Formats: sequence, structure tokens, C-alpha cells
Amino acid sequence: MKDRKRGSVLGNTGLYLATSVAALLFLIPFYLIVRNALMTDKEITGENWKWFPTSIQWGNVSELFDDPTVDFARSLWNSTVVAVLSTTGILLVCSLAGYGLARIPYKHANKVFYVVLATLMVPTAVTFVPSFVLVSSLGWVDSYRGLIVPGLFSGFTCFLFRQYFLGFPKELEEAARVDGLGYWGAYWRVVVPNSLNFFAAMATITFINGWNSFLWPLVIGQDPSSWTVQVALSSYMTNQTVNYHLIFMATAVSILPLVFVFLFLQRWLVQGIAQTGIKG
Amino acid sequence: MSTTTTRKAASSAPAPAPKGRPRRRFSASPTANFWLFTGPFLIGLVIFVFVPIGWSIWLSFFEARFTVTPSEFVGFENYKSILTDVDFRNSLVTFTVFAAFIVPLTWAVSLGLALLVNRITIMRAFFRSAFFLPTAVSYVAASLIWKMSLFNGVRFGLANTVIGWFGVDNIAWLASPDPPWYWLVIVTVRLWLQSGFYMILFIAALQNIPKELYEAAAIDGAKPGWQTFRHITLPQLRATSTAVILLLLIAAYQAFDEFFNLLSKATWGQPPLVELYKMALGENQNYGVGSAGAVVLTLLICVVTLIQGKIMGFGRGEESK
Repeated sequence: MKDRKRGSVLGNTGLYLATSVAALLFLIPFYLIVRNALMTDKEITGENWKWFPTSIQWGNVSELFDDPTVDFARSLWNSTVVAVLSTTGILLVCSLAGYGLARIPYKHANKVFYVVLATLMVPTAVTFVPSFVLVSSLGWVDSYRGLIVPGLFSGFTCFLFRQYFLGFPKELEEAARVDGLGYWGAYWRVVVPNSLNFFAAMATITFINGWNSFLWPLVIGQDPSSWTVQVALSSYMTNQTVNYHLIFMATAVSILPLVFVFLFLQRWLVQGIAQTGIKG
Repeated sequence: MSTTTTRKAASSAPAPAPKGRPRRRFSASPTANFWLFTGPFLIGLVIFVFVPIGWSIWLSFFEARFTVTPSEFVGFENYKSILTDVDFRNSLVTFTVFAAFIVPLTWAVSLGLALLVNRITIMRAFFRSAFFLPTAVSYVAASLIWKMSLFNGVRFGLANTVIGWFGVDNIAWLASPDPPWYWLVIVTVRLWLQSGFYMILFIAALQNIPKELYEAAAIDGAKPGWQTFRHITLPQLRATSTAVILLLLIAAYQAFDEFFNLLSKATWGQPPLVELYKMALGENQNYGVGSAGAVVLTLLICVVTLIQGKIMGFGRGEESK
């Protein structure tokens, strides 16, 4: 104990120094987005590096939304619809299935569970070619259905819910059953209300994944009107003309909702990752 | 047991809770309920996961350009052409190099950050958030920052500005495969994006290590620092480390976003998924060969996962409850 105290002043300085330097490195990209978003192109590409804009270019915001080449507002709307509906759908479908697998006694439940487990081995990203083929043969290209529905059946989310429900206290449900509720009633009236923390955590993770996903929206969004924010952002990179200030304003706007989600829901997010992740 | 109770209640006794009454029919039998709960998910799973996989396997044996209802059976021709395809084989090399860098680096950085944040007492929430916040950023957005501002090949990029202060010439980070500077760009993007996430896993695991272990070690004369880290912390983190490495490998296999965006015009450094994307959805729309590639890739991932699981003992003593 004494030894630790003696070394602690020096050790602590080193500790805080290392952590601060690391934090600074991790925050630099955020600083770059904000800096570039609020500068003129001339300042961004200027010969002398400027840490801050000479005058903040708030006009870049309206310029981004008035830009005729990319309908950025539309892509924001598309992403919002997709992320919100996918999150709702995934939570509903996967939590029900997870509960069924974890708690309803059925003699073939284990076999069904293995079928779900098997899909975890096949990475969804690898099946994008046949999935695209399927979805296009259904005529769902360029539609919200095509963007949302195929992603709802996540073996991984179902698995996480099952693991969570396995640890859910049985006594609570049994009390509900004694009161005359069936599985369905017990689920909605007792299990779900007592699992809101976990649902919130999963909702946060699912929402972030939905908002940030790129490959599938890229495959499905053939027409610019069905582009999500990520596809729109990506299109800036392949454009001939590079408007740095617009690109970075777009990036800033695309990140902002998630930063808010993060700051407000961090408790659940951290808890959810810690709860679910370790058991892999 | 409880099912029989409810069934009896339904037929004879007056309902104890009137609110439950309209839902009583759902409690008929566990089997019916099981399918009620899992049915929608399973139907979707079959349609949107199993059918595409089956379709992919079927397509991989047919000549299928621009069509998904082919008629010409070609046996293993598509497999032959994908396995002899130089671009595809290069993409597997790219993946191997990528995984060899990103997996150990992310493991070390996220563990390092977790150790730092875990020991810190002042402004802990701030530091944790600083490392965790990149998780909110998409690969596309991060690629934009990296390509357009951080590692821009010209003078105004931050990296080139900084090395300019030391009199070093501009480096065209992404413009050529030789020297392979693009790896620095690719690896740092992912490192920045995913370290915070795995840091959280390690923090959770660190907090689960019993304090008594450290106290016992101190009594035995182990010095705090490297010795305790090596003999207590690291072994105690084994299960988490294994899971993290497995997750990192799988994530690396699925790499697409940052490669697609950072090296969109390059011919080098293309991972398997980008090659597959080009093959199936590019100019030729060769679904047959593309599907064969998807099958090969899936098998590879399964094999690697299983081998890694065997080596690291994944799941040992961690049987799902």
C-alpha cells in the first residue's frame, strides 16, 4: 500500500498524460469535421494550416440543403425511416423469437435453436448477392421494403435476446401465470416491462447499425431518390467536383443524430454491450 | 406445469384476472405458443436467409450472366474460374494482411484504453466517451474524413501538414500501392472506429476480476504493474480476449465500406467482398461466378472460425446456460 502511494504522484501524472494524449488523438477527426464544415474551400485547401475558421460559415448549412446535385434532405429522411422502422421491427420479431426459444417448453426447441445458430456462421455480408437477386425478383429494389425487411431477421439479435431471457427471473413470470395470464399476456405485461433496460440497449445498438449501414443500401438504392445518408455521402467521394465544405457539412449533419443518441443513451449502450458482448 | 393450470382455469374455474381473459386462447399449449412467438422470425429467416443461401449455391453451378434463372448447368466451372481468378486470390491475400494488422492492433489498443480508463478516477466519463464516441460514426463518414482531410495526398491534409513541419515531403497516401501507405490509412480508420466498442467489453471484464486476486498477489510479493498484469489480469481476461479476437476476425472478413470508399478507383488492396460486389453487381453481372465466390468465402470463414475456436478454446467452460 505504501509503495503504491509513493509512486502514485509520478504514476498518476503519466497515467493522465497518456490518457489525455490518446483522447486527443481520438477526438481529432471530430475536430476536423467541424472545422472543415464551417470553413470556405479556400481556407480548407489553403497553404497555411488554420486550426480555426477566420469567420464561421453558417451559410454552408443552407448551401448543403439547397445543393441540386444531391438531395441530401431526402437521404436524411430515408435513413430516418429505415433506421426507425428496422429498429422497431428487429426488436419485435427477434425479442419474441428469443423469448420463445428461451422460455417456452417445446420438445424441438433445441433443434430450432440450432437452425438459428447456423445462420450466425454465415456472414450476412456474404449473402448480399443472392439477397439482392431475391429482393429484386420481388420487385423491392429502390423501396423501403427492400431496405428494411430483409434485415429484420437477425440471427444474432435473436440469439442475444435468447441469452438475455434465459437469465430473466422465472418467479416473475410464474406469478403472472398464477394470475391467469398466458405466455402472450405474461410476455407483454410482465417480461417486457421488466426488461426495458435491455430493450433500450438493443434499440440503441440496432439504430446505430441501421443508420450506419452501407453495403445493403448501396446495393438496393439504385435510384438517387432511395439513397440513404451513407450512400449519399459515398457519392460525394466519387464525384468529379470536390466541394470540401459541403462534403464535411454533410458528414457533420450525418453524424449529429448519432452523437446525440450516444450522449443521451450511453448508459444503456455501455450496459448493453457489456451484458451481451462477452458471452459472444 | 403452469400450462395445465391455465388450461384447467380456462375450462372450469372462473377467471381470476379478467384482464387476461381475451388472451387465454394463446395459452392453449406450449407448442402453439412456441410457434406463435418464433414463427414470424423463422418464416423471415427461411425467406431472407436460407432461400438466398440456397439460391446462391444453386446459381454457383450454372452459367448465369445478367440472369438469375439460368438454364445452362456448368458443374464446378464457376468454382474453377473464381479460384483461378487473380483478383479474387489477391483479395484473399489482402484480407490476410489486413487481419494480421487489424486484429492484434485493435486487441492491444482496446485493452490498453480499458486499462487506462479503468485506473483513472478524475473525468472518467469524459475519457470513456472520447474513446467510445467514434463507434457512432459510420465507415463512410470516417473514410471521408480520412481521405479528404486527414490523409489527403496534398499539402492541406493534416498528416502531410504535420510531417511538413519536420521538413518531410508530401506523401500520396492512397494513390499507389508502392510504398503501401494505403495500409496505414485503412488500418487507422478501423482502429479508430472499433477500439472504443471493444474497450467497453474489456472494461466490463476488468471490473469482474475479483479484487482478492490482486491482494493475494501483493502478499506473495508480486509488484504492481507488468507482473500482476501478466500473471493475473491477462489470464483473467482470457475468455473476453478470445471472444474479442473472434469478433474482430469476423468483422475483418466482412470489410467492405472503408475499402470501397477509400480505394474506389484503385486496383490494389481490394478485399473479397469488394471483389464479389464488382463481379456480381458490376458491369458483367456474373451471378454464377459471384455466387461461387460467396460460397467459397463462407466456407473459408466457417473454417477459420472453427480453427480459431479450437485453438483459443472458445466456448470452453462458457456453455450457454
